Amino acid sequence: MTALRGRPLVAGAAAGAALVLDEPLSLWGGLDPETGEIIDRRHPQLGECVTGRVLVLPVGRGSSSASSILLEAVRLGTAPAAILLAELDAILALGGVVARELYDRAPPVLVLEPEAYRALRTGMRVTVGADGELAVSS
Amino acid sequence: MGSGLRLSAADRALLAGEGGAAGRMAMRILAAMAEVYGAAELLDVVSAHVDGCLFHGDSGLEFAERLVAGGARVAVPTTLNVGAMDLLHADNFNGSPALAARATRLMRAYEEMGCRPTWTCAPYQAGHRPAAGDQVAWAESNAIAFVNSVLGARTNRYGDFLDICAAITGRAPACGLHLTHNRRGRLVYRLAGLPEGLLADPVLAPVLGYHVGADCRTRVPVIVGLPPATDEDFLKALGAAAASSGAVALFHAVGVTPEAPTLEAALHGEPAEREVTVTLDGLRRTRDRLSTGLDGPLAAVALGSPHFSFEEFARLVPLVERWPPSPAVELVVCTHRLVLSRLEALGWAAALRAAGVRLVADTCVVVTPILRSVEGALMTSSAKFAHYTPSNTGLEVVFGSLEECVRSASLGRVWRDPDLWGGA
Repeated sequence: MTALRGRPLVAGAAAGAALVLDEPLSLWGGLDPETGEIIDRRHPQLGECVTGRVLVLPVGRGSSSASSILLEAVRLGTAPAAILLAELDAILALGGVVARELYDRAPPVLVLEPEAYRALRTGMRVTVGADGELAVSS
Repeated sequence: MGSGLRLSAADRALLAGEGGAAGRMAMRILAAMAEVYGAAELLDVVSAHVDGCLFHGDSGLEFAERLVAGGARVAVPTTLNVGAMDLLHADNFNGSPALAARATRLMRAYEEMGCRPTWTCAPYQAGHRPAAGDQVAWAESNAIAFVNSVLGARTNRYGDFLDICAAITGRAPACGLHLTHNRRGRLVYRLAGLPEGLLADPVLAPVLGYHVGADCRTRVPVIVGLPPATDEDFLKALGAAAASSGAVALFHAVGVTPEAPTLEAALHGEPAEREVTVTLDGLRRTRDRLSTGLDGPLAAVALGSPHFSFEEFARLVPLVERWPPSPAVELVVCTHRLVLSRLEALGWAAALRAAGVRLVADTCVVVTPILRSVEGALMTSSAKFAHYTPSNTGLEVVFGSLEECVRSASLGRVWRDPDLWGGA
């Protein structure tokens, strides 16, 4: 068990298995909120399901509608358990902020230090604390 | 969250509900996002462009209707991005009546808040042109790139929901690209050994933009080597592509864009983090990545992402006259109302329709069900269409120049200009 820290953009507690993306993802045109599946045909993690997992990605890209897709995924119950970023992504955080405003629930969104980010691998069990503390076990 | 955010008296009054329920909700979201950005305060914006009017599901409708019920009105001139419906041509919609009803309700909700029903992803070619240095709050990835890079106005990469909150309050977090020092170029992309013909061809723009965006991701790129006469539609296509493969909100092109009279000026006198040489070979590889389908039979050709300008139609019309589309291929061009009314006044709209071209206003083929084709390949000259077509329509995509697209639509299968990319 390793303890790491992140800066909460949207604070909250959550836990799940990590899904580490090799490339940035635009949620609009990249994630189907009906199924929670990655649908970007050029993305290395095409076909993976993010629902209930701790989604680890460098940063978002592309469409400014990523916030809408995250909100819709929260409404439909297909959202990731948490989102961990290497770089600040305000549009992803925005989806969380508005989900909390409308539905009183949202996946926590955190920006990690490079060292913490690099330590994460797909399949690891990650627990996110409300204060930004991460507990990781393989 | 430790709050370093200082709100003005007017901001605090909104937060206290003095501007009604909608003003309070908008300021609450704005203040939360200012903390996300680490902004110390908010600043005034003079205009907004709102992307939240495109239907993605009931959550967006709940959000907008909650604002309307709370008495929301925009405080600054605000244009609207595409919706999911072509409100002028009902037969351009191929989805369910339930979807049409909800998508239209969403568009009306944003109109009710006082936004202008422009319904375009190219508001900057529909009369909404902030001046250099103006602080604005814009959403829609290509419009953000254009307003920052080509007009020299200042916005961050705002997403759906924050756009309308900024429009209602007239405020945005004072951080990021609103501040001069963050507009400094970081990475330099130097064009080397490209054929003169390619440098003057609009096909270069989407490929170059896609190439640069995938590499620089969120950092501000500086492009060296574009001709000084590079036109606005070229920069529009470049920005849209870079904002699809990356998260580019601002780019500089030396000798072309307003904040880059020289390389030194674009870099604010500081060294670049990295210099990259852009070669013909590298661009050809990027061009190939834009296609997922093979050169072969075509189901559809789509043009106009971002929305086609009048000048782009002026190039298209003679091509379609010479090579009208085959009845087996749907040729669709997406544009906005202002351009469409000019086309209609000139008789161009009638001529294009008579030739078999479908004109779409207010929306586009990757955001809503418009295409009748359900399988096969779609060809496009837009990197943004090329990027989003496979996931959003289920069709394969083939990228080509405008002439390649028109001639391919006419032949019913992909036609390639053998000289365009230096023979490969």
